[in-house]
Amino acid sequence: MFNGSGRLFRRREKLEPSQKFGRRLRAIFTSGKLDQAEWDELEATLLGADVGTSATRSILAEMRERMSRKDEPVEALRATLLDALACEQSRDVEITKREDGTPRVFLIVGVNGAGKTTSVGKLAHLAVEEGARVVIAAADTFRAAATEQVETWAERAGAQIVTGGAGGDPAAIAFDAVKSAKESGADLVLVDTAGRLHTKVDLMNELGKVRRVVEKGAQVDEILLVLDATTGQNGLTQAKVFGEAVALTGVILTKLDGSARGGIIIAIQRELGIPVKFVGLGESIDDLAPFDAELFVEGILS
Amino acid sequence: MFDSLSDRLSQTFANLRGKGRLSDKDIEQTCTEIREALLEADVALSVVTSVVEKVRERSAGVQVTPGLNPSQQIITIIYEELVDVLGGAARRITLAKRPPTVIMLAGLQGAGKTTLAGKLAMWLKREGHTPLLVACDLQRPNAVEQLAQVAKQVGVPIFSPEPGNGVGDPIKVARDGVEHARTKLHDIVIVDTAGRLGVDAELMNQASKIRDAINPDEILFVVDAMIGQDALTTAEAFRDGVGFTGVVLTKLDGDARGGAALSLSSVIGKPIMFASSGEKLSDFDLFYPERMAQRILGMGDVASLAEQAKRAIGGDEIEAMEAKFASGQDFTLTDFLKQMQGLKQMGSMSKILGMLPGAAAMKKQIADIDDGEIVRVEAIIQSMTPLERENPKILNGSRRARIAQGSGRKVSEVNSLIERFTGAQKMMRQMAKGGMPQMPPGMKMPPGMGGMAGMGGMAGMGGMGGMGGAGMATGAGTFGGGFGGGFGGGFGGGKQSPQKKKSKSGNPAKRALEEGR
Repeated sequence: MFNGSGRLFRRREKLEPSQKFGRRLRAIFTSGKLDQAEWDELEATLLGADVGTSATRSILAEMRERMSRKDEPVEALRATLLDALACEQSRDVEITKREDGTPRVFLIVGVNGAGKTTSVGKLAHLAVEEGARVVIAAADTFRAAATEQVETWAERAGAQIVTGGAGGDPAAIAFDAVKSAKESGADLVLVDTAGRLHTKVDLMNELGKVRRVVEKGAQVDEILLVLDATTGQNGLTQAKVFGEAVALTGVILTKLDGSARGGIIIAIQRELGIPVKFVGLGESIDDLAPFDAELFVEGILS
Repeated sequence: MFDSLSDRLSQTFANLRGKGRLSDKDIEQTCTEIREALLEADVALSVVTSVVEKVRERSAGVQVTPGLNPSQQIITIIYEELVDVLGGAARRITLAKRPPTVIMLAGLQGAGKTTLAGKLAMWLKREGHTPLLVACDLQRPNAVEQLAQVAKQVGVPIFSPEPGNGVGDPIKVARDGVEHARTKLHDIVIVDTAGRLGVDAELMNQASKIRDAINPDEILFVVDAMIGQDALTTAEAFRDGVGFTGVVLTKLDGDARGGAALSLSSVIGKPIMFASSGEKLSDFDLFYPERMAQRILGMGDVASLAEQAKRAIGGDEIEAMEAKFASGQDFTLTDFLKQMQGLKQMGSMSKILGMLPGAAAMKKQIADIDDGEIVRVEAIIQSMTPLERENPKILNGSRRARIAQGSGRKVSEVNSLIERFTGAQKMMRQMAKGGMPQMPPGMKMPPGMGGMAGMGGMAGMGGMGGMGGAGMATGAGTFGGGFGGGFGGGFGGGKQSPQKKKSKSGNPAKRALEEGR
């Protein structure tokens, strides 16, 4: 339910300086037809944005196809990329409790260092701003001082927090948070899980357990994979494996304010159909915005 | 999608037989495959192009002769090129003439700096140094607290006068930290700094001020192995912003190919000095160009496996065990248990086996391996008396029933463990008499790996039927029969992998002997 235009506007400003759609492209595309060097440059741009070889190949093929129907190159490319990012499900998320009073539950998952805890803090802030009452479950009991870190965020965001301390059982903490949210009539539970590489089978199984245990208390609405925009082709594998362990409903693309362009989400959307729902754009607590495909496409081609 | 390059090239050359030289078309196709593989491995586009060009030049000289597989020749060429680039500037940490040596860490947020600070401290401590950790990440919520906990875990003192969370002056902390080390006679100072984005001028400026304040001997750029095409831009921003003298690659325990390593060595020209993998603070090692090249090409990582095995078991243990067998003493359940525990320390079975070449093809089976098996074997052996462990022959029916009850397992499981142990014992006796049992021809044992023969007795493990053979068949030849024999020979029983063949013998260890692994 986040669609505050003010936030999007801020985001537009952040992306503004270097990223005017088509500016660079118009410099590449001098005429309605492209020569080989221009195709190569376009390919290099896509590859350089981490779109990956196979997605790049099909994007270029579709663009050729559109151009054969007399589309302008810039328009053809824009349409192709937007198409690649088109998603059947809505990107909106519900943050107010159900009519029966049970809270919405979001599980935040991802590899180490992707920015889960920060995203949880920002999401909590965003939801609180929209008038929701938020409970954070500090279920990262593995990393040193993770609980303290999320506590700081909870305080900043004005959210409640349920902790179990280092070494505790993440599933139990998540369950307790849901229970406490039900008791206090809160709207949204954000479960901050420990970072885990998708290659660790035990840890992926643990994630499944967290989900199952939470579901004994309330339905899990969103399972969001936090993905660092600098991630290369491994991002696709991450999304695939996390998706197998817990059915992902979306991606939070973080650190998009750096120089990385996060093109791997095109492959994730194309191959796995998992949409990006939020983007993280900086270090301050307001720097999380709903995903906007057009703005993203501008970024890719900048 | 994650086919290794060698698989791809084998397909390319499938129809090639005895044609003299590779045709232009063959070379073109080869270059396309190499380009795709390197891009999939996240090697920067510009670097891909230059590597492909070099390979193209050298491919023209490849002769297609019966018996010499062109895809192997091409792989060798690429491998050599990669090692060349990766290892071009390799070196160790430079120690200051007058201690303390100051090491500053810099990198993007989430690259793993704080964890790495702990790992580096532990590694240096093992090398006989007396490191001090200095907490200069005053930005990220509770980064100071995290470093304090890490420091405690590795038993290294920390200098953290400021609470962090935006409070305090990191430049002053860095300066005072180095001074503190000087007075307390620490010979190395590791300064953890806040993560920053390459484009963030303000934070970059702060980092360069920290640098000027402490005049570090090494500035290590910490970078996540999963990073994509942005690796170069980021590294260039850090090089121009703070400058760095070396690179540390983190999160190598994932399955990212880590092509960034190649981009960094090739373009930035700074050596990659350390490789960090795993969540344990001990999962940290020097960087080896050969291993990285193999990884980028999807060839597995046998050498790292050997290293880890050695460390987990402990050099002294291995020597002691060797000496014991040399003196004619028998392999006992106590030794068996020790090996098992060493294996457990190396991490999960799936992680260990994931490092074997060709393992990618068996990902599913690897994922199914039951790590609980080691725990069960441990429980059974620990339910035995010392006499029984040294002298398994005395294990009669009533003793076995007692052990089963004590360990909470079934008598049949105790029986099968003892049976597997007996097989392993036989193998060990044979080895004591003279070398490897039925070593596959052409397998070299790297120096110092002789001791790993002790691993040959890893008979108690479940679920590994068929694994050893597959691992060895594609093996790079750098890792000897100790492990291969051990895994291949010993594993079996328990949870079965689909590749398992029907056996002549019910005893997995014996079966392995029959099959000559």
